[in-house]
Amino acid sequence: MSSRDRVLGRVRRALADVTPDDRPYEEAVRRDYLREHGGPTARRTVELLAENLADYRAIVHRSGASELPSLIARLLAARDAGPVVVPSGLDEGWLAAADVTRIPDRAESTPADLDRAGSVVTACAVAIAETGTIVLDGSPDQGRRRISLVPDHHICVVRVPDQVVSSVPQALERLDPARPLTWISGPSATSDIELDRVEGVHGPRTLEVILLG
Amino acid sequence: MTGTYLGMPAFPQAARDAVRDPVLRGNLRHATHTIRAKRARAVGELSDWAELREAGRRIKDHTLRHLDRYLVQLEESVTAAGGTVHWAADAGEANRIVARLVKETGESEVVKVKSMATQEIGLNEALEAEGIRAYETDLAELIVQLGRDRPSHILVPAIHLNRGEIRDVFRSEMGAWGRPAPEDLTDAPAELAEAARLHLREKFLRAKVAVSGANFMVAETGTLVVVESEGNGRMCLTLPQTLISVVGIEKVVPTWRDLEVFLQTLPRSSTAERMNPYTSMWTGTTDEDGPRAFHLVLLDNGRTDTLADQVGRQALRCIRCSACLNVCPVYERAGGHAYGSVYPGPIGAILSPQLRGTGSEIDASLPYASSLCGACYEVCPVAIDIPEVLVHLRERVVEGGPAVRQGNKVVLRPARGHAAERAAMRAARWVFARPGALRAGQRLASRTRRLHPRALPGPGRAWSGTRDLPAVPPEPFRDWWQRTNGGKDGTE
Repeated sequence: MSSRDRVLGRVRRALADVTPDDRPYEEAVRRDYLREHGGPTARRTVELLAENLADYRAIVHRSGASELPSLIARLLAARDAGPVVVPSGLDEGWLAAADVTRIPDRAESTPADLDRAGSVVTACAVAIAETGTIVLDGSPDQGRRRISLVPDHHICVVRVPDQVVSSVPQALERLDPARPLTWISGPSATSDIELDRVEGVHGPRTLEVILLG
Repeated sequence: MTGTYLGMPAFPQAARDAVRDPVLRGNLRHATHTIRAKRARAVGELSDWAELREAGRRIKDHTLRHLDRYLVQLEESVTAAGGTVHWAADAGEANRIVARLVKETGESEVVKVKSMATQEIGLNEALEAEGIRAYETDLAELIVQLGRDRPSHILVPAIHLNRGEIRDVFRSEMGAWGRPAPEDLTDAPAELAEAARLHLREKFLRAKVAVSGANFMVAETGTLVVVESEGNGRMCLTLPQTLISVVGIEKVVPTWRDLEVFLQTLPRSSTAERMNPYTSMWTGTTDEDGPRAFHLVLLDNGRTDTLADQVGRQALRCIRCSACLNVCPVYERAGGHAYGSVYPGPIGAILSPQLRGTGSEIDASLPYASSLCGACYEVCPVAIDIPEVLVHLRERVVEGGPAVRQGNKVVLRPARGHAAERAAMRAARWVFARPGALRAGQRLASRTRRLHPRALPGPGRAWSGTRDLPAVPPEPFRDWWQRTNGGKDGTE
């Protein structure tokens, strides 16, 4: 007997006492919880996103479309951290004012190549106000998962209010499970020393979020 | 489960040593009290916490009740997305599968994401025996691995160590495993985190194979979810070419939408955050992004035995948040090592004796490692009634009875060491059925009350060693009731 059959057989025998229930799943499991917690206006939702991002030590900036290139140029220059990784589909205008060496996001790059980069600039798929979370889904303006991981400085541009939702349930509705997803809530952190939060372990130690709108 | 825990003394003995260690008690008290207050705040932010908790319970119960169906669906979805699914009935089989998969890549080292399942099966030791070195990359796991220590908490395995002790481990041990700690390393948490970052980065950049667990698996889509803080998980899940995930079969949820419940309750319950810094979700493999090969090892290892127990099966709802450890007065004083398992605290006290059976001294003693205060049930985000299961397992230890072990029905014999208790209960049953004997006995006890010892002799000594014997009143209650007409006569 294969282990698959053995495990499934054990499961079926273990459930011999359970009365059959063939209701459709969404009937069998009632969901009385809220779809979102407050957040009545789009404007308030964006404010909440900014507050919660900042609460977990992300640095939040606001920008209109016209100032964006100069803001990004300024943020990169302030770090002076070396080359910048650029996803293939990033809006070309965003880096127009930045005088930096660019590393394209390519399949052939090794992790060590990426380790030489100082910063990365990406867009995002959706942002969640209640939790202060940005989600990347690997679209061309966000690139492969590793590019927002290995460099120590991540600048992420969120289009507000279109890309902002209030809650986790609303975010999941917008996301495609077939894509590789990375949910980011503040810079890398740990609670492993005395259960107290310390920022900065393996992921980018500086996360800057630009709310564009 | 693993060799590391073989021959552990029973809980009371291990706990006695722990409570006499003032540094350990200080460390545990500091850490658990810090997180308790924060968790309460994080949970208080959500006005619908009770409804989320109830939905989480229902989702898990429904899944367990149809577990065969959802496992088959998960296998189909993962396979369709480019992954390969393996089934392991026990720890040995899971370890053999992982070792074979690693060998097939030609590599002799792996990086690991923190995973309870791989600790449970003793994967690191099994790989070592096959000449494969496993590097733990979670900060606390790294501390435990470098210090040749044992984990003492589900979320923070090095919770028993304070920052000074962690610095000492880093200074003395890091060099033997790779990049040494800086000479002038202090005990500032930020410096310790930096030392771990530098030490592990070279391992991440060269790793070809990673081993992980998963917090959730979605049957409908084949998506796996890993919830973490540091980014070591992301490193392992995206940089290597081969990813092997070992996951307990109870970690499946039916639909994508179900994640909306647990991604709200898990971070707030475990690290008391609105959301943990990083959550990774992947479905099979993605062209030119992340690992080219993905293997999922579905692990039973006692879970179906637990599922067969009508009371105990609720333990399989557990999402490993560790909130129950942080509020437990017994855990706070005894620490995690006394539980003799990778699953310490209240959830460990009901999970380990079910996954491993109650055959060993430590497992038979775990259902007693509780004051039944119920704080664990209060905070549990999937409403596991831990006290109910503890009492149920105590009954099984004392009385024996039918159970399922490794898929087979067995009848457990009553545990030794409870003979006096059973004899006392039999005697009580006899006396309570005979009012005359009860009355005579009570009167005799009252008249001889000045002669009663303060502690029981013989086999009863252990019982009265930790309890006061009840004082016998000068007159039995029933005699007093009759004499005073139920107190109405106003006489004493």
